[in-house]
Amino acid sequence: MAYRKDMIWLAFFFGLLMLAPALLPNNYYLTILILGCLHAMNAVGLCLLVGHAGQISLGHAGFYGLGAYTSSYLSTTVGLSVGLSMLSGVALTVVVSILVGLPSLKLKGHYLAMATLGFGIILSILFTETVDITGGPSGFVGIPRLSLFGFELRKDVTLYRAVAVMLCLIVWFSFNLLHSRVGRALRALHTSERAAEAMGVDIARYKLLVFVLSAAFSGIAGVLYAHYLTFIAPSSFGFMFSVELIVMVVLGGMISVPGAIVGAFFVTVLPEFLRAFENIEVLLFGAILILCMMFLPDGMAGGWNRLWSWGKARLSGAAHE
Amino acid sequence: MDPSSLLQYLITGLTLGSTYGLTALGFTIIFNTTGVINFAQGEFVMLGGMMSVYFMHSRGFSEPAAVVLAVLGATMAGALVERLAIRPVRDCPTINLIIITIGVSIFIRGLAMLLWGKDTHVLEPFSGNQPIMFLGAAIMPQAIWVLVISLFLLGALKMFFSGTIHGKAMLACSFDSKAASLVGIGVQRMVLLSFMISALVGAVGGVILAPITMTSYDVGIMLGLKGFAACILGGLGNPFGAAAGGVILGVLESFGAGFVSSAYKDALAFVILLILLFVKPSGLFGLKDSKRV
Repeated sequence: MAYRKDMIWLAFFFGLLMLAPALLPNNYYLTILILGCLHAMNAVGLCLLVGHAGQISLGHAGFYGLGAYTSSYLSTTVGLSVGLSMLSGVALTVVVSILVGLPSLKLKGHYLAMATLGFGIILSILFTETVDITGGPSGFVGIPRLSLFGFELRKDVTLYRAVAVMLCLIVWFSFNLLHSRVGRALRALHTSERAAEAMGVDIARYKLLVFVLSAAFSGIAGVLYAHYLTFIAPSSFGFMFSVELIVMVVLGGMISVPGAIVGAFFVTVLPEFLRAFENIEVLLFGAILILCMMFLPDGMAGGWNRLWSWGKARLSGAAHE
Repeated sequence: MDPSSLLQYLITGLTLGSTYGLTALGFTIIFNTTGVINFAQGEFVMLGGMMSVYFMHSRGFSEPAAVVLAVLGATMAGALVERLAIRPVRDCPTINLIIITIGVSIFIRGLAMLLWGKDTHVLEPFSGNQPIMFLGAAIMPQAIWVLVISLFLLGALKMFFSGTIHGKAMLACSFDSKAASLVGIGVQRMVLLSFMISALVGAVGGVILAPITMTSYDVGIMLGLKGFAACILGGLGNPFGAAAGGVILGVLESFGAGFVSSAYKDALAFVILLILLFVKPSGLFGLKDSKRV
């Protein structure tokens, strides 16, 4: 039942994404929409990791950057085809996430937060300092545009459609995962690791699986980002971006995949709206974060659910009278 | 490597490490009374430096007066943060509190940028720029100020926690806040106090460091992260372990910069931290079970 509800939501979301370009007045909005989709891929991965498995990560910007830089380097400097570069980018992200995940996931709470944070910072320093490979602080230029089966996606709308489809595939995969044996194991793990272990759940394996999966989503988003913008710089993959990703998930409501997506779009769009306020933009962003957490402690998904049940209670109350 | 450069690195490391230690101390004071990692701790450090520059250069106060005003201002900011952002949401999950403190840090940073601009500012050293030669190493007078003030603050805090009724009450809150409130300790007041003390400690760190590394609206991020790292290095929840962790981090960083490469000095701190976390997550001086009050 819940699965059907999720699939209906996904179909609705897919329709909305496909219709969106027709409703937008110009290309500027399309850029925001593409970035929103890329952020949403990251957020869905973190939603699985933080919301469902209860493992915090403050280093996912590092995986995002790793995907982006690997694919850029391979396609530009080495001269590999874009498709192969992208695959390698995601593959490397997966390998690194296993190497980091194995020792890190023995840690809990603040210690895990610190380990992932440290990892993210080390990567972002590497992006800045290995000038020969990454171009250093001034960035990596001349990355080829995204192409599929030899066709370069020259028009932004086509590229947007490819990104949107990828996002929907990730969401679809995540829904299926959550409704499977793995999803149940994760829920058990989140509630109580000990109890889950007693029930025969191999917690180490599941924790690693989700960690690697979320890193892979970030890697996918990263390679798409690089071949969409054709220019990347280390500042996009720093600590603050890892924080923003967590904010997206928490604002959306932690355990809700649709919530994470809404949170991702919200955090992407908000600065654009606040741009009109120029200097107080950052100030407002901070204030909105604080206020959201104060008045929507379980995120937008939680707020929506409360509104929904309140409305339903009101309606059924009215029907009884 | 000749001994005088070794001494030089050591002193640089101790100086930087002291401020990391003071930041880390601020983290643990709040963590102990509330269980919250306050991501705005680095912003208190920034406020200390920036406000003293502001009071001295834009308001024409003498340096000592500006410094005192800056520290008081940051302490007030700490109190405001607790009253406006933390107290209303006391019972929400840890991750929400983390997000709120991140929001607070973004807010304070934005405010500082709005008020004082994006420029880097320098604060005059407390007693001139004439280096003191000691065994072939040049020691800036400010480095001595940093070390002396850090040690003094550490001693004062030690006395506060073990010698005053408020300090003991705060330790009681960290041990078990429910039991503390049962014996009549105003836990909320202690939380407020912990925010004020940690802001004060952080601001002092910011003020004494500002003449050495300069200051701007965004120095808080890296200082905060290093402080957090120091805290974990020394053992989360152990204030004096955290201070020691800061000093160790600073010294390692300084030697790393000297022997390996200064470009990777920030990375080095975190590499060491990761190794330590994988080997001994409770930190160097972490208390496992026994916690004496």
